Amino acid sequence: MSQNQEIRCTLSVLVDNEPGVLARVIGLFSGRGYNIESLTVAEIDTKVSISRISIVTCGTPMVIEQIKAQLRRLVPVHDVDDLSDNSIHVERELALVKIVNTGSNRIEALRIAQSFRAHTVDSTLDSFVFEITGTSSKLAAFINLMKAIGDVEIARSGVCAMSRGKISNLKQRDDML
Amino acid sequence: MEGNTETNLTMSGADAILRVLEEQGVEVIFGYPGGAILPIYDSLFKSNSIKHILVRHEQAAVHAAEGYARSTGKVGVVLVTSGPGATNAVTGLTDALMDSVPIVCLSGQVPTHLIGNDAFQEADTTGITRPCTKHNYLVKESEKLCSTLHEAFHVARSGRPGPVVVDLPKDIQLSECEYINRQDRHGRRYKPIMNPEKNKIIEVAKLLINAKKPIIYGGGGIINSGPEASNLLRELVELVEIPTTLTLMGLGALPHDNKFFLGMLGMHGTYEANLSMYNCDVMLNIGARFDDRITGNLKEFSPNSKKIHIDIDPSSINKSVPVDIPIISDAGSALKELIYELKKLKFKNSENRIGVWLRQINEWRSRKCLDFNQTGKIIKPQYAIKRLFEKTKNIETYITTEVGQHQMWAAQYYGFSKPNRWMTSGGLGTMGYGLPSAMGVQIAHPEKLVIDISGEASFLMNMQELSTLKQYKLPVKVFIINNQWMGMVRQWQQLIHGGRYSESYTDSLPDFKSLAESFGLEGLRAENVDQLDGVIDQMMESKSAVLCDIQVAKEENCFPMIPSGAAHYDMLLGPEDKQNKKVSKDGLALV
Repeated sequence: MSQNQEIRCTLSVLVDNEPGVLARVIGLFSGRGYNIESLTVAEIDTKVSISRISIVTCGTPMVIEQIKAQLRRLVPVHDVDDLSDNSIHVERELALVKIVNTGSNRIEALRIAQSFRAHTVDSTLDSFVFEITGTSSKLAAFINLMKAIGDVEIARSGVCAMSRGKISNLKQRDDML
Repeated sequence: MEGNTETNLTMSGADAILRVLEEQGVEVIFGYPGGAILPIYDSLFKSNSIKHILVRHEQAAVHAAEGYARSTGKVGVVLVTSGPGATNAVTGLTDALMDSVPIVCLSGQVPTHLIGNDAFQEADTTGITRPCTKHNYLVKESEKLCSTLHEAFHVARSGRPGPVVVDLPKDIQLSECEYINRQDRHGRRYKPIMNPEKNKIIEVAKLLINAKKPIIYGGGGIINSGPEASNLLRELVELVEIPTTLTLMGLGALPHDNKFFLGMLGMHGTYEANLSMYNCDVMLNIGARFDDRITGNLKEFSPNSKKIHIDIDPSSINKSVPVDIPIISDAGSALKELIYELKKLKFKNSENRIGVWLRQINEWRSRKCLDFNQTGKIIKPQYAIKRLFEKTKNIETYITTEVGQHQMWAAQYYGFSKPNRWMTSGGLGTMGYGLPSAMGVQIAHPEKLVIDISGEASFLMNMQELSTLKQYKLPVKVFIINNQWMGMVRQWQQLIHGGRYSESYTDSLPDFKSLAESFGLEGLRAENVDQLDGVIDQMMESKSAVLCDIQVAKEENCFPMIPSGAAHYDMLLGPEDKQNKKVSKDGLALV
């Protein structure tokens, strides 16, 4: 029964960058009992005040359809794009990983960081802070390795995503102003 | 690029707000003053164009605006102050959201520099009302005041209607502001889909023609689309001769005496409507939302039918019931297209097309599930409403209700022939809705008979509005079905909780007759069946508001009933029916 199986889904939502818009989106998820695995938001067009919210969520196909329909119902929401729909999209996440350790483990941490193409953005005599970008699963793999060889502190950005190919058109929005 | 001939028209924010209301065609506002909204009240004092109705509680202001809106199709407007004014309005706003009623609620707010300061009568109004409005605004710059208000009206009335709050800090009301006319561009940000896809309508037409056991299931979307949609529904039903049932919100969309009308469906719907829903092969849902009161047990909801769902709100489609043909459209325009396509296909009804199905339905109908026995002197509540209907059916009457048994009996025994004549709190189930709502209806239709069919417990929740009735000489009739219990609560306790009547008896009721008189209104009482008709006659003849205390049988239950969690075929038809049916464990948890 694929209809009852939960699927993971990445939504890209274009909204007016106005007060309360994030509260509206988050309130919709909490009020209706939907999941948020990660959510990122930032203004992407200062001239017309548009922000992109990238949301990773999960649910049955019926619930995912509901989430999209409910989001589209919000007045400041211009576009809801289900990036998982055709899977041709890119997803990236950034993490800062601090590791505190000594001796050979310290060298091992550097070596692993190198093979993951993580950058060392800070170091002290007993710690590193690595910056790593990639898919969420790559980040998780890296973090797991780090945890095995030291004390670890993590900050993750949440998933940022976008479709391949054509430009999502904001021109309509320009006409409005 | 404004294209505005009246350039540089500056005025105070409060004056500009009133001017927007005038331009939006607002004739009446329901409100209650307070510190943070005083500048608007000051402007109102100087203006003659808009009538203000002073209610006695902000919740009643919203319900009154709902009654006004639902009986006219116009936007209802509410004016409240900050803090408690706004929080008192929350129940009404939630009610309007659940029942898709267009409301614009203007709330005062502390001045912008005090926001977030825990100032006197400050509340985070936009935060509190975000989940209970279609949209809300906090106006922090006077340049945005006019365009925000115009957009608020557009959002409230377009697509699936709903309540919109505009929170107005006091300094914005007092500041100088340039007036901006209503323009098309205010509608650009919110553009609901109004018309159906043609190919889908053709598909629906063919399905209806070939169905053997079709049913039409209509809801409040038809009413909200405007009276023309109800005419079109009747035209469709008479063209295809398909049995039709309506939800609580849809009553009036098809005349009650139409021979294809099966009555209301759902938890307290008729036997024939619910069994037809269960057994049909094609279901055409127009403007209803598969509410849990309608579907009962979802797993057993109409298992063998192809389902078509026409709704203006895409989020209503496939929410709880997956459908085969989803159509996003206004009910009226979809009906129009559908009739057009059926005529184009040269559809002609033949006697035997669905003859077997109609005979089956007639068999179900012959169970006469709404029958009751009025024996003895004690008035049966069903009888009281039936008599009220018989006596008022030939004059144009508007009915509002509170929530509970009396509401269901009103839906079952009062017949509606036209849309916008029936105002009841369906989605939220708000006790105390009926009296203020009737007030709003009476304001909109001063010459018409407006009756609030009420219960004694619900009535007590907003009875302060008797004072408003007196002040504005509104001849609203309150018809209290008084059984001294919170009847529906008692019924559930009897049927589901082993007869343990926990806190459902209304002790210490007032003498309703003297209560009415103390407000300067008329009070009547019917204690037995011989007095009933006389009281109804007297009530109808009175020029004043009347409070009728109809003392009815105390422990009458509302049947038919689908117990929570049960399927459509699993109805309780009457008191003798209850022994062999137990509510499931899952059902017990449902409301």
